[in-house]
Amino acid sequence: MSIAAEEQQTSHEHSHGAPSGLKRWLYTTNHKDIGSLYLLFSLLMFLTGGAMAMVIRAELFQPGMQLVDPHFFNQMTTVHGLVMVFGAVMPAFTGLANWMIPMMIGAPDMALPRMNNWSFWILPFAFAILLMSLFMEGGGPAFGWTFYAPLSTTYSNDNTALFVFAVHIMGISSIMGAINVIVTIVNMRAPGMTWMKLPLFVWTWLITAFLLIAVMPVLAGAVTMVLTDKYFGTSFFDAAGGGDPVMFQHIFWFFGHPEVYIMILPAFGIISTIVPTFSRKKLFGYASMVYATSSIALLSFVVWAHHMFTTGMPLAGELFFMYATMLISVPTGVKVFNWVATMWRGAISFEIPMMFAIAFIVLFTLGGFSGLMLAITPADFQYHDTYFVVAHFHYVLVTGAVFSIMAAAYYWLPKWTGNMYSETLAQWHFWMSLVSVNVLFFPMHFVGLAGMPRRIPDYALQFADFNAIISIGGFVFGLSQLLFVAVVFKCIRGGESVPDKVWDGAEGLEWQVASPAPYHTFSKPPKVD
Amino acid sequence: MHTPLLKKLILAVLGMFAFAFALVPLYDVFCDITGLNGKVDLVVAEKSKEIDKSRSVDVSFTTHAKSSAPFSVKAQQYSVTVQPGKLSEVEFVAQNLSDKARIMQAIPSVSPGQAAKYLHKLACFCFDQQSLEANQTMKFTLRFYVDTELPADVQELTLSYTLYDITSNTAQITQAPNISDQLLSVVEHAHQRGHNNG
Repeated sequence: MSIAAEEQQTSHEHSHGAPSGLKRWLYTTNHKDIGSLYLLFSLLMFLTGGAMAMVIRAELFQPGMQLVDPHFFNQMTTVHGLVMVFGAVMPAFTGLANWMIPMMIGAPDMALPRMNNWSFWILPFAFAILLMSLFMEGGGPAFGWTFYAPLSTTYSNDNTALFVFAVHIMGISSIMGAINVIVTIVNMRAPGMTWMKLPLFVWTWLITAFLLIAVMPVLAGAVTMVLTDKYFGTSFFDAAGGGDPVMFQHIFWFFGHPEVYIMILPAFGIISTIVPTFSRKKLFGYASMVYATSSIALLSFVVWAHHMFTTGMPLAGELFFMYATMLISVPTGVKVFNWVATMWRGAISFEIPMMFAIAFIVLFTLGGFSGLMLAITPADFQYHDTYFVVAHFHYVLVTGAVFSIMAAAYYWLPKWTGNMYSETLAQWHFWMSLVSVNVLFFPMHFVGLAGMPRRIPDYALQFADFNAIISIGGFVFGLSQLLFVAVVFKCIRGGESVPDKVWDGAEGLEWQVASPAPYHTFSKPPKVD
Repeated sequence: MHTPLLKKLILAVLGMFAFAFALVPLYDVFCDITGLNGKVDLVVAEKSKEIDKSRSVDVSFTTHAKSSAPFSVKAQQYSVTVQPGKLSEVEFVAQNLSDKARIMQAIPSVSPGQAAKYLHKLACFCFDQQSLEANQTMKFTLRFYVDTELPADVQELTLSYTLYDITSNTAQITQAPNISDQLLSVVEHAHQRGHNNG
């Protein structure tokens, strides 16, 4: 492994060389090591959650009960969601933050390296607990990743405690990660790196970190209430004891809506980094990007009840949440406009990161449009809990968040490893993913509008053809990701050497360090002008 | 160098954790003020002075015992048609299904939620805790009317009761305050209002 080789090289210069073997990774406080751990863990979880999605699509390939019983199907939809949100997307962004933020702001490492080690190493335990519960008597969580009460309290099995503790640990991990990011960005910027010179990836991550600090504790509160309701006789969500199950949804979505921006704001930062590089132009409207990101973050706190239109809200509430939600499309529109304006009359070249970035812009916007449709209260009564919703959030999370992570991986992989990835394999990965992801998710809009409900292992016969197509898209998309795994491992093992500035149009401090990035960078702060 | 900022951030995290629990009373206060979500006051209402004879509303009754509560309460009529403002009476038969004396508390809820504040109860077994001997059967009368202000688009109302067993809670009440305290104070308040109104 080239990273290991590089580490040995640098340990001559530094008296505190890292221990070798497993202990190196276990005890590491190096931001690059921890970043790699996060990214590899995220990839592993992406494949795990993906395998569950394959089970779901195999069951739905034909109408009727085919392969798994409904209880197991429910566990698959639930754990697929949890693993993808908390195991794949969030750790991937944290890994990218660990790798790139210190290098982008000219800092030698993250501000709190030991906490950084801990915030990664508790994650595998969280997911071990969650995944183990699938094999226990009664099975794992089967109440949907949103764990609405009373499904998660009155009607859940005793393994719910494991789910609760797993979510607690994931929450603690993200909170520690977020604290680390904020302290690093606030305190460790190189001299001359003023706020309005920060790379946008750093800006979007700073805002994301504040969102995490604001809402992850609320999620911890919600799962704690589920725990005490189920095991200790409290009645937070039990009407019989003076509580209210609808209150669960308010508390959950107070976390849940900012959470979806936690999963997309760093993606905005990545796209804002990649598009200017391959358009060979400065980013259009840097300041407006910063303000747009902040406004999206602020607005995310006042729109949560748009997930709950059908719970019976007064008209005033429905109107408020409808208009507030639609308002978010304004700053998001600013961002999309700026990306397109950056490309406008640029000398564009279509390297793989750029391809993913362009796919992101088009397909994320499509997901945004279906979101806008869902925001319309009267229409939402029709769309609620159908496959239309599934189509919407997979467009924003798969072709949005996941595509941006792929783009980032291709963009920085040569910097991390010192080797160029295999262009042929990468092309195959991109085109296979792009086509299959649309075969997978686009028809879901139609079956959703026609009334196919989500989270049900069977469906009416008229949806059979569409579901077969969707499943085929799903299988192809799933297999295509194995190509990505191949690209990454091939690139780590070797390949054409790359210069320090891998992309000729790239700007930023990370391109001033050697390729592969040495174990210690910016021990002396660089000068930024 | 990092400690001051770190302290602030940890404080923010703890604050937000506390905020999640603060949402619980905030939610209740909000629903009480606005009458949202079918939450009904456990307070005796005054009689209506006028009757709207131009329309009628169907009021249905359902009861639902929490799985562990051994009570059965049934309305004699499944549903009644009433004119807004007119006082109506419905008989309920309650039974303790267990071989032990128990105390029952019924919690009413109205759907659609927006109509909750338009259903007024003058007498309801839900105002009090009801002591039932082992296997005892009791009759209760619900006296209620629908407000003349009820929006015209609401033509049907459902009044549902959730029954729960508070025998063990009431035994503890003198020793330790617990969740049913809040409920009891509401009930006591209802009593006082009832006396004031004669």
